[in-house]
Amino acid sequence: MAEKQEILEGAMAVAHAVARCRPEVIAAYPITPQTHISEELSQIVADGELDAEFVKVESEFGAASVILGASATGVRTYTATSSQGLLLMSEVLWNIAGMRLPVVLACANRSISAPLSIWCDHQDAEAIRDCGIIQFYAEDNQEACDQHLIAYKVAEDRRVLLPVMVNLDGFLLTHVFEPTILPDQQLADRYLPPYEAVLKLDPANPATFGAFTEPDKCMEGRWMVHDACMRSLPVIEEASAEFEKVFGRPSGGLLEEYKSRDAETILIAKGSLCGTIKDVVDEMREEGTKVGLLRIKTYRPWPTEAVLKAVSGAKQIAVIERGASFGAGGVMTPEVKETLYDAGMQTPVSGFCVQLGGREVPPDGIREIVDRVASGEKQTAYEYFRLKTEILPELVPGA
Amino acid sequence: MSDKLLSLDKLSIGCVAPPGGSVANKTGAWRSMRPVYKHENCIGCRACELVCPEGCVFGNAKEKHFDFDPDYCKGCGMCAAECPVDDIEMVMEEK
Amino acid sequence: MLKEIRIHGRGGQGSVTAAEVLAKAAFKEGTISQAFPAFGSERMGAPVRAFCRLSDKAIRTRAVIEEPDYLIVQDPTLFGQVDIFGGLKDGGVAIVNTEKPDEINVPQGAVLKPVAGTRIAMDVIGRPIPNMVMVGAFAGLTGLVSLEALQEAVKERFGGKVGDLNAEAVEKAYRAAEESK
Repeated sequence: MAEKQEILEGAMAVAHAVARCRPEVIAAYPITPQTHISEELSQIVADGELDAEFVKVESEFGAASVILGASATGVRTYTATSSQGLLLMSEVLWNIAGMRLPVVLACANRSISAPLSIWCDHQDAEAIRDCGIIQFYAEDNQEACDQHLIAYKVAEDRRVLLPVMVNLDGFLLTHVFEPTILPDQQLADRYLPPYEAVLKLDPANPATFGAFTEPDKCMEGRWMVHDACMRSLPVIEEASAEFEKVFGRPSGGLLEEYKSRDAETILIAKGSLCGTIKDVVDEMREEGTKVGLLRIKTYRPWPTEAVLKAVSGAKQIAVIERGASFGAGGVMTPEVKETLYDAGMQTPVSGFCVQLGGREVPPDGIREIVDRVASGEKQTAYEYFRLKTEILPELVPGA
Repeated sequence: MSDKLLSLDKLSIGCVAPPGGSVANKTGAWRSMRPVYKHENCIGCRACELVCPEGCVFGNAKEKHFDFDPDYCKGCGMCAAECPVDDIEMVMEEK
Repeated sequence: MLKEIRIHGRGGQGSVTAAEVLAKAAFKEGTISQAFPAFGSERMGAPVRAFCRLSDKAIRTRAVIEEPDYLIVQDPTLFGQVDIFGGLKDGGVAIVNTEKPDEINVPQGAVLKPVAGTRIAMDVIGRPIPNMVMVGAFAGLTGLVSLEALQEAVKERFGGKVGDLNAEAVEKAYRAAEESK
């Protein structure tokens, strides 16, 4: 086994991990902070290290469309994007999910304009939350690499046949150099045999993908996307267990319980912020505060059963988000509440938007949230944490 | 494409439809006006064939003879409107 | 043991590469390391920052380094424009590319270590890119990274003649820094 840790930049590591999955068609359009992934893949293909078609496109809409068509012909495909790019893809992504094409893509999570920002939050991925794409979130670059292999395994499983998006925080993962193991090619080949499509586009036997359906059939067609999402839950667990068997390190899965089993206060979060949260949990544990973290690794499908099991002993829960639903509340917060409500539980849940557009989340902020919810503070509305009201203008001009 | 995986009555994974759906749908029944190809002044320009949105005009340019397939012609009248020598006339459909 | 290093430079001086090479060199000797740029839209000449953490344990935080143990300053002209010493720990060391250390206003509790970075770079490499020289000086002063590991990392990063020249510059800076301790 030729696997060893190297110091690699996140985007580079992901590109090489993807290459080892042997995609046959790659199409991507540059956008910060994703660009290094597609740039490096383009180089890998140009160097002859990967036998793939790298299609240069005029936009992310084009990239997604090329990938849709290529996947429908029965080949393994890949694309990567960020922010506005993901939104420009979105119409096609709904089609990819509806056509049940096992496309894998990465989203280097970045804020959406306006105001223009290139830094991290999760609003891009959350904007396409409902389209039927399975969504993984990585905490570090190793996980971002490994989740790509698991993504193909899950996407191509005949019980699933859905696109999978690996989310890695823009800059915070894509641009950080840290110890990472690139999957060994032989192990990757053992884990991921060549993709064989059930149905594919073939000029000799023409067919229409995502065909027109009248109202008497359309809901059933859409429901099948939901059904496949739900079926993917055990498949994700199986694929992750098999990953550990083949590669000898745990990765993937639905969620991670970090010191949460006996915790009175459980924080729920996803992505790279969980590294900082774990450091705070360790510090506060040493001081005697019973706090733990539930890290969501698979955000879609929402792992209801696993979440419920993980938080059933908590006295209070704080959901820490890099997203928001303007005009309502949080994004993940109401999902946690729904999970508890459906189980007849009344555990208080507070939701905090700690950051949009890349502002640092200092450890003392996490600490403050823990202290506040642990003291029994009741929240009446989703909170934009540490909002700088002093820089706001007159909110109703001329009022 | 395996026929077992696809049928017109049931949905398939990805809502993939077998070919033939449009052929089975005989849109000729929608027609209230019908083109009459007069075969008097035709110059074989193929305009009627090329503009037909249903692709149901057929014929031979050398022989200067065109006609339409009544199973699929919706009676839109584009062929009559575009014919440069007024050799196609739209008439009321008598059902 | 967690050591945090903040590198100040200008776009084009290779600050991010300096952080990367430092992380790679330290990792060769079993130190867990992390390197990253101050995320933004860098341009040639604009003030930039890069960061490096060295530790004996897994590094989970990705926060910008606000209270560094060490500063590496690639360009002395930055002092008027950027709060270079901001947050430097008490007793923290600032390794500065300058031949006029007297002109630098060193706050109390900070230790200044001047390095003739640009001069060494010009002498050895023939180009005014001081990043590897500064990293060499850091290694010589702190002993946190060995000369051998650093030269190996430099050669891997650049390859060919550029790699050899930079490795030579690293050694020159390393030796000079060791002597100045």
